[in-house]
Amino acid sequence: MGVYWAIAVRSFRRFSTYRIATLTGAFTNTVFGFIFCGVYLTLWELRPGLGGYDVSDALTFVWLQQGLLMPIGIFGASTTVELGERVRTGEIAVDLYRPTQLMLWWLSVDAGRAMFQLIARGGLPLLVGSLVFDLNFPSSAAQWVAVAAALVFGVVVSFGIRYLVALSGFWITDSRGVEHVAMVLSLFFSGTILPLVVFPGWIGEVARATPWAATLQVPIDVWLGRNPGGVGSALAFQLGWIVVLLAAGSLATVFATRKVVIQGG
Amino acid sequence: MPVIELENVSRAFTVTSRTGLRRTRREVRAVDGLSFTVEPGEVMGYIGPNGAGKSTTIKMLTGILVPSSGSIRVAGVDPSRHRLKLAKRIGVVFGQRTTLWWDLPLKDSFAVLQKMYAVPRARHAENLATFVELLDLGDLLDVPVRQLSLGQRMRGDIAAALLHDPEIVYLDEPTIGLDIVSKARLREFLAQVNAERGTTIILTTHDLDDIEALCSRVMVIDHGHQVFDGTLPVLRASQNAPRTLIIDLATSHPPITIPGTTVTKTDGPRQWLTFPTTTSAAPLVAQIAATYPLVDLTVTEPTIESIITNLYAQAHK
Repeated sequence: MGVYWAIAVRSFRRFSTYRIATLTGAFTNTVFGFIFCGVYLTLWELRPGLGGYDVSDALTFVWLQQGLLMPIGIFGASTTVELGERVRTGEIAVDLYRPTQLMLWWLSVDAGRAMFQLIARGGLPLLVGSLVFDLNFPSSAAQWVAVAAALVFGVVVSFGIRYLVALSGFWITDSRGVEHVAMVLSLFFSGTILPLVVFPGWIGEVARATPWAATLQVPIDVWLGRNPGGVGSALAFQLGWIVVLLAAGSLATVFATRKVVIQGG
Repeated sequence: MPVIELENVSRAFTVTSRTGLRRTRREVRAVDGLSFTVEPGEVMGYIGPNGAGKSTTIKMLTGILVPSSGSIRVAGVDPSRHRLKLAKRIGVVFGQRTTLWWDLPLKDSFAVLQKMYAVPRARHAENLATFVELLDLGDLLDVPVRQLSLGQRMRGDIAAALLHDPEIVYLDEPTIGLDIVSKARLREFLAQVNAERGTTIILTTHDLDDIEALCSRVMVIDHGHQVFDGTLPVLRASQNAPRTLIIDLATSHPPITIPGTTVTKTDGPRQWLTFPTTTSAAPLVAQIAATYPLVDLTVTEPTIESIITNLYAQAHK
């Protein structure tokens, strides 16, 4: 296990070298935070209590969302994009020379990235937002622990999806199309455009059951204390998707490896 | 006991080409009926033109590609069945790729490798100290890999491939793009590793000076077939490649005609004559001196390049 920890630590350090990119990124998130706040303020003024959120819930949602987009990898993350690139160019063969498990290797790389971005990009928008607006914060130690768990789970679910998308390149000549579709799905179903709680009827039910909901919407709801079935069921929902996605991921790894080894890529 | 054994190994790929809506499949044999063994501590040059099947062979030896037929044993195991287990006992360097962490100091990559191969700390420190000294990496350890020059990066990559004391190292074009000084230094280092640690080295290269400097054995492959296996002197002798006599005459002359020789080039009073290795140069020179105003002469031995070119040409016939 030591090796995966070492990889995660190096990945964290690697991302910490991109200082300017991190700073400009956090600035962009903050600007978008104000834009979204304008939209949400109008929306919740017209429809108070929309989706069970009050105004400060909605505004907190905005700042959390802006801080979490990058760490969770809603638009994709450079780690899994790099993996997709390696699959396309065939450089993935080099990864197979290593005495490590492919999926665990990339999960560690992604974990290091997410941890760095959570610290570097998650904090600033939230800080600015809380200075300007009245935001909600977890009220107990137990809730903080639950938030931490939900965030970790959210990153892993997101990784599970992105890993499968990257590996699709083994079977589809150009997986960039799949990457784009995945990004659109991710944008909508994670709750990035609008919180999933506002969608009524069966559309809302479906949206809230997708794995994308487990990446962003669920952790934010844990923070707000607004999970419909309580925190326990929210975390269980995330864990369920983790099990499914990582199982699919290992299966895809086995098939992909077999394809490389037997068919020659 | 051989450390590498190949018996009648073939590898075919299905190539699908599409013209309009029609799909045609055809089978390409990248490696065809290859058999050889390598003893521990050998340094073997594995050469061939592009597309000869070199990389395919290396991939099969490391276990990331299974042969279509035939059997392979590396360090006593079937590579593709025990890929992860074998990975701990071999080292691989691809000249054009790096396994180092691009944005991090060189030492970070080495630290990950210690964990990856579970090298005991003391042993790792000892190896690292040795390689840092031999490859002159001391000042580079704190430099991010992306800032290293190609030669420096290659030294880093080679150290990385050797840190876990592999029994076998595959080097794919390790000197590609390096300047003469870096090349010489790298060859010296590899020779030393081989001598002191008994590491078996398989080297694929287009640079025949690498072979000349390092390899006790040369294997030439073309179109998936082995066309030569032996030492460099044997390769030279077997090919009977022509020698060249360069003569300077007092004035310009039309090409000299002497049976058994061919003039390949003229440049004013200077002419280049090729003649078979089996012919002695002395009577030839005497014959020319008797008829022409000979001023100066040089005899050159065939270069490996010309021998290899010759070998490929024969294999194609």
